[in-house]
Amino acid sequence: MNDQEPVGGDALLRVEDLAVEFITEHGWLRVVDGVSFDIRRRETIGLIGESGCGKSVTALAILGLIAPPSGRISRGRVILDGQDLLALDERELRPIRGRKIAMVFQEPMTSIDPAFTVGKQIVEVLRRHLPLSRSQARRRAIDLLDRVGIPDPHRRIDDYPHRLSGGQRQRVLIAMALSCEPELLIADEPTTALDVTVQAQVLDLLAGLQDEMGMAVLLVTHDLGVVAETCDRVVVMYAGEVVEISGVDELFPRPRHPYTAAMLASLPGLNPGEPLNPIPGLVPARHALPPGCWYGPRCEHVIQTCHSAHPALVSSGTRSARCIRADDLDLPGVGS
Amino acid sequence: MLRLVARRLLRVIPLLLLVTLIAFGLLNLVPGDPAVQIAGEFATAEQIEAVRTDLGLDQPWLARYGSWLGSAVQGDLGESLFSGVPVRTQIWDRLPATVSLIGWALMLSALIGIPAGTVAGWREGSAIDRFLTVGTTIGVAIPVFVSALVLALLVGLKLGWLPATGYVGITESPWEWARRLILPSIALAFTGAAEIARQTRAGVIEVKKQDFVRAARANGLTTWQVLGKHTLKNAMIPVVTVVGLQIGRLFGLSVLVEQIFNIPGLGSRLITAVFENDIPFIQGTVLMLGTVIILVNAAIDISYGYFNPRVRES
Amino acid sequence: MTAATPDVGLSGLDSSPTETRWARFVRRFRRQRAAVAALTFIVVVTFCAVFAPWVAPQDPIEQDLSSSLAGPSWEHWLGADRLGRDVLSRLIFGARFSLLAAVQAVLVATVLGVPVGVLAGLARGWVDSAASTIADAVLSIPAIVLALAIIGVLQPNLTNAMIAIGIVYAPRLFRVVRSAAISVREETYIDAARASGVGTLTIARSHVIPNVLSPLVVQVSLALGFAVLAEAGVSFLGLGVQPPDASWGVMLGQSTAELEDHPILVLVPGAAIMLAVLAFNVLGDGLNDSLGREIRRE
Repeated sequence: MNDQEPVGGDALLRVEDLAVEFITEHGWLRVVDGVSFDIRRRETIGLIGESGCGKSVTALAILGLIAPPSGRISRGRVILDGQDLLALDERELRPIRGRKIAMVFQEPMTSIDPAFTVGKQIVEVLRRHLPLSRSQARRRAIDLLDRVGIPDPHRRIDDYPHRLSGGQRQRVLIAMALSCEPELLIADEPTTALDVTVQAQVLDLLAGLQDEMGMAVLLVTHDLGVVAETCDRVVVMYAGEVVEISGVDELFPRPRHPYTAAMLASLPGLNPGEPLNPIPGLVPARHALPPGCWYGPRCEHVIQTCHSAHPALVSSGTRSARCIRADDLDLPGVGS
Repeated sequence: MLRLVARRLLRVIPLLLLVTLIAFGLLNLVPGDPAVQIAGEFATAEQIEAVRTDLGLDQPWLARYGSWLGSAVQGDLGESLFSGVPVRTQIWDRLPATVSLIGWALMLSALIGIPAGTVAGWREGSAIDRFLTVGTTIGVAIPVFVSALVLALLVGLKLGWLPATGYVGITESPWEWARRLILPSIALAFTGAAEIARQTRAGVIEVKKQDFVRAARANGLTTWQVLGKHTLKNAMIPVVTVVGLQIGRLFGLSVLVEQIFNIPGLGSRLITAVFENDIPFIQGTVLMLGTVIILVNAAIDISYGYFNPRVRES
Repeated sequence: MTAATPDVGLSGLDSSPTETRWARFVRRFRRQRAAVAALTFIVVVTFCAVFAPWVAPQDPIEQDLSSSLAGPSWEHWLGADRLGRDVLSRLIFGARFSLLAAVQAVLVATVLGVPVGVLAGLARGWVDSAASTIADAVLSIPAIVLALAIIGVLQPNLTNAMIAIGIVYAPRLFRVVRSAAISVREETYIDAARASGVGTLTIARSHVIPNVLSPLVVQVSLALGFAVLAEAGVSFLGLGVQPPDASWGVMLGQSTAELEDHPILVLVPGAAIMLAVLAFNVLGDGLNDSLGREIRRE
């Protein structure tokens, strides 16, 4: 997956300086701050970070799904085919959603409308974007169900969602998302709510479909194992910011940001009896961010200068890291 | 689906039985000796005895209930105490007026309430929403006789646009029938529209947060598809419940409205029956209305199977 | 994870751990300006009702035919009715009847509905089924119709009317209390308490009652609004408070004949009824919002 055809070339989608705010008792708080990264054609990007780091919000923001009145996008651009998606209104975004960019969500149990059959919903999406007749759309829907691995699709297409298991529902969601062959698929923790065995199947399915359709995938997850298996490049987020961007092959053995290294070190080892290495401390609350580097208070390698100014994301070749000591530190990684 | 229908209808039976007991039991609430009460202050002993046999009060409880129930099931609800006119005939004569009134009121409530609630819920927090919330809070508190009187006063008497009293059957003149029912229907519809709007709004707000609504938006579906199809269909169950509840409420409130607007329906007849102590009529009305509402509620429960397919199997 | 606001660490910004439950409730309640206004209004009206003989400018029953149908003036702030009685004084004394009647009705409803509701919710099984079916049957008969029917077989007077209204409302209280009891019963902390050996009665006292109390308080407020409305309706028809006593409903009923020429006689009691019902409803909503999180928190 990571090493076959050359991936890349121009960026398919470019996120520039994205900032998202939500309203709370303390006023508008920024939960995503200055996030920038590219997604290139046919590549798989992993967007990783712990719960609450803003990765899901970033994914939702790309498709303009941040819901007023409680949230708003305060800054930034998302460029697709030369157009800034954030500048478009609902009406203009709709032809793009599901057609050029599609999204699969975390909760398969609740992401399908329980009041309509599975088939009706896939057909609805198909006919929304493509000029198909009802019977054409239905045939295509059956075909899609088959491609995502639902057995006996001719019968299942008329089932209501409650008759399907979690894994099957996730497959149906993938079928809906890919029905119009989008250029980019955003998958927000697609396997988190599934059993471990089913997780592997769904990931394989996604990889296979990606190859077939030649699309890019933005995979949002907190699971390093998934990233290692499936991604070409990784964007690491912490407290609403990007702290490291790197290719997968370089990130794991030689991380450049202390947070990445700490995450890797905290992965449970396979030897029984080994003690766990959790990262000490907690993610800072949005209304009480520490001065200087936000990861500082928890960092093993923190020095005085870290607290004086907020570090910028600095590139070095194809990699970037938001740490003033990135070039000096030789951080331990895992495997290769 | 058929199993759902059968199961729901089965539950209707004990309810119907209880309603018959309540209707019948009313007679037993009469303080003291019912025969004396009904015969009046100046009755002689023979008149009291006559009333007693008339009402069958000399027989044991269960026998009386049985024979009353037996006749009721065949449609015979006894006769009015003093006039001797069969209760069934009176109810039948008066029903069209009341049903017309309630029908109009219900339709108005739903036609105003559901769209208003949907818009308010979809655009939660907007000016329209806040305006509607205030409006419904007030609307729910307006007593029906106040709104009826105000409407009769302003539109009927002062402005003279619409007649403030009377009723004309639909077969006589559809135009007059409708015209005379407008004001009383509006009076009845206030509270209903407010409650329906509230419930619809709450339902839409609840459903629009659901993951599948977000997923539908993410797939690029239009507002109509997301709102009209997916959101509404899922939000409909509590709304249908409220609409169904209105029917029972409206039967009750129509009593007051019929009195104010001089409509010869069931309600106004019931009021005179209460003044006259016309117990058979009261019992007959209670029984009939209870039965109708139990069946309506059963129908609504069955409709849940349409809106929420999971219900069909549980 | 819901659609609009994914978990981004914004929770936990609300309360401080040192507040008592009462203090927290008061704080939340005070923020609801509408509910506070409603409560103030109710307190004022109650005050006027209780101290009516001192608050009202004139005797509500005293007739003065020379002032028949007089408009608002210094002598009669809100005018006089057909029999020359002062409208304002009748309004104030009317508050006595309307409020007292409402309290009576709600008392009857509470005594009938609440204990049965708690029992049904906790015991479940056939007790619950039987009680619920009876409640459903009573609820199948329109409220006003049933109330009229009960009044029709008893004699039309205030007490009977309030008993009738209480009976009619009891199943509604039953339902609310029952579902509160059920939800408490199914909370896992009840299992936890049982697992650590706490007795049933203690559980009932320390967990069930407080959790049933909150929704009950809300419902009582709404019930009072309903009762005021119901009393007004019944008295309007002449079947509740009997003349010469006057509640707001009686005032309304007696002045419909003057609707065209002296609408104020209708509008004044009508407005009073409406405001009282509105106040109870708004208060109930406010209580619900202030207590609501308590329930969830527990």
